Amino acid sequence: MSKTKLKIENLYKIFGPRGKSFIDPVKDGMSKQELLDNHSHVLGLNNINLDIPEQRIQVIMGLSGSGKSTLIRHINRLIEPTAGAITVDDEDILSMSQLQLREFRRKKTSMVFQKFALLPHKTVAQNVAYGLTIQGEQESIAKEKSHKWIESVGLSGFEERYPAQLSGGMQQRVGLARALATDAPILLMDEAFSALDPLIRTDMQNILLELQKDLHKTIIFITHDLDEALRIGDNIAILRDGKIIQKGDPQQIIMKPADDYISDFIKDINRGKVIEVKSIMQKGSSKGTSLDSSCSLEDALKVLNNEKNNECSVVDDKGKKIGKVTLDAAIGALFREKASRNKEKYK
Amino acid sequence: MDWLAEFPSLGKRDLRDLKKGIDGSFREWSRSNGDAIEAFFDPLYFFLVWLEKLLIATPWPIILIIVAGLAYLGSRSWKLALGSVVSFMLIGYFGMWKDMMATISLISVSTLICIAVGIPIGILMSRYDRVQSAITPILDLMQTIPIFVYLLPVVMLLGIGRVPGLIAVCVYAIPPIIRLTNLGIRLVDKEILEAADAFGSSYRQKLFSVQIPLALPNIFAGVNQTIMMALAMVVIASMIGVKGLGMPVLQAVQNQYLTLGLMNGLAIVALAIIFDRVSQRYGQRLQAHRYGKEHE
Repeated sequence: MSKTKLKIENLYKIFGPRGKSFIDPVKDGMSKQELLDNHSHVLGLNNINLDIPEQRIQVIMGLSGSGKSTLIRHINRLIEPTAGAITVDDEDILSMSQLQLREFRRKKTSMVFQKFALLPHKTVAQNVAYGLTIQGEQESIAKEKSHKWIESVGLSGFEERYPAQLSGGMQQRVGLARALATDAPILLMDEAFSALDPLIRTDMQNILLELQKDLHKTIIFITHDLDEALRIGDNIAILRDGKIIQKGDPQQIIMKPADDYISDFIKDINRGKVIEVKSIMQKGSSKGTSLDSSCSLEDALKVLNNEKNNECSVVDDKGKKIGKVTLDAAIGALFREKASRNKEKYK
Repeated sequence: MDWLAEFPSLGKRDLRDLKKGIDGSFREWSRSNGDAIEAFFDPLYFFLVWLEKLLIATPWPIILIIVAGLAYLGSRSWKLALGSVVSFMLIGYFGMWKDMMATISLISVSTLICIAVGIPIGILMSRYDRVQSAITPILDLMQTIPIFVYLLPVVMLLGIGRVPGLIAVCVYAIPPIIRLTNLGIRLVDKEILEAADAFGSSYRQKLFSVQIPLALPNIFAGVNQTIMMALAMVVIASMIGVKGLGMPVLQAVQNQYLTLGLMNGLAIVALAIIFDRVSQRYGQRLQAHRYGKEHE
């Protein structure tokens, strides 16, 4: 596990004029509904604790109204918390002065927005260079850097266009290039691909994953789309009503859903494609063919079925044997779905 | 039951004393401070006179070329440029050239003053809600109070002439630019502002590189309205001695000179149409980038 880059501790956000005075009742268990009905305050975030590892993609998933966009805006203090602590590289974000905060936003974080939020009166090149211009970077350097990033997101030749002349997918590439151009180590992506149609979305996910191989940024990625979360997330935190109800890597979320809400969430995914062999691995070894630990269940089933005693050994990425897997376990994992389908429970 | 029939009011004598007292103290105040206030507005007076003289002294073909050039630059339309030149020539042909130059100089100076004063006020209003709630009622007052009511104290202070006329025009014409600057900045997409914040813009950077550029179409609509309202004030301003196309209209009203009134009135209308169309087209062009028209 890599080192923690960003630490969120006991974070609360209560929207309303007297938010602070409801911290203690909420800590003592006042519910979101009660707070809204009796005091007209909205509980945005409820005791968030999250350690975000360096150079990984941390996905924060939840449906609309779950507080995910609120949470990501706390990281660069676009929203001020009601209580709690946020530290980046052991530096307390919340105690920063306006000037320090501005510097932090310029150098440490950058952000990609759901609706792109490009400057409509500036060209693609000017948009990408925006963060650099604000920092007072020399024009020639800003131009050079922005050109490089425009190229890396595949928009060469569109430098002098205006955002309104581009399709949604292309606009978000500009948004991504703008965020990358400042070389900030933390990238905040607020439903960055949600407004795009499915094919373009997959495209953008590929671009992001491809870039991340070289960049190793700490990415916080907000989404409401489970497939997207499973695809790009190294870690996933699931948010509901302002509370984190489960955090872990994709395998953990699928294999051990914390409650009915999450089981129901994951019931429609293609388990064969998402679950990896390492999640159903047993101790011991087998004489059968070696399977990579990150091999999907679907691929593993084919191999297992052809084996004489329906067993394979599992190897890590260095080729070292770390366990075995059986056909029964693989089939079991495909159907391990005991989740109650009773949606009423959490409505 | 007498007291029910008549509204309880201040006694006639008390009322008269009150009015007299206020009038007297204002007169006194204006007498003792009039010179200082006049001196304060002197630069304005000189600028106005200078511009008027310059416009009148400039040979008419050069003025026509400038008019055509400005109209074309503003609207990018040959038709409008040609129309402007023809209108100017007609107005000149009917003997109103000098008056027209005087009116144009008044309109230009008052519009410049309104922009210089109005846009910063509008920006302040957009930044602070308190300023907005303090200034909005003042603007309401300025737009609804009968013009003559504030014309009177201005004349008492500064006498009759160009400067009080200019002030009267500005008071009448400045509200739209203030309102539309404020509105335009407040209407700028919140998401774009959030993006500017997220990249660490200072307030000044956000104002000049995001808010004002995006509010420009609205600000320009304000400038357009300000010009129109300034033109509408030309006749009233002539009542306190402002020269220009308004003066003959006033004479015509007083002496029943139908043709004189009609000609000068139409000249004002022609100027209004030219200013309006050119500035509106310019404002529309400022918006072109939003729909991606400019480069396609």
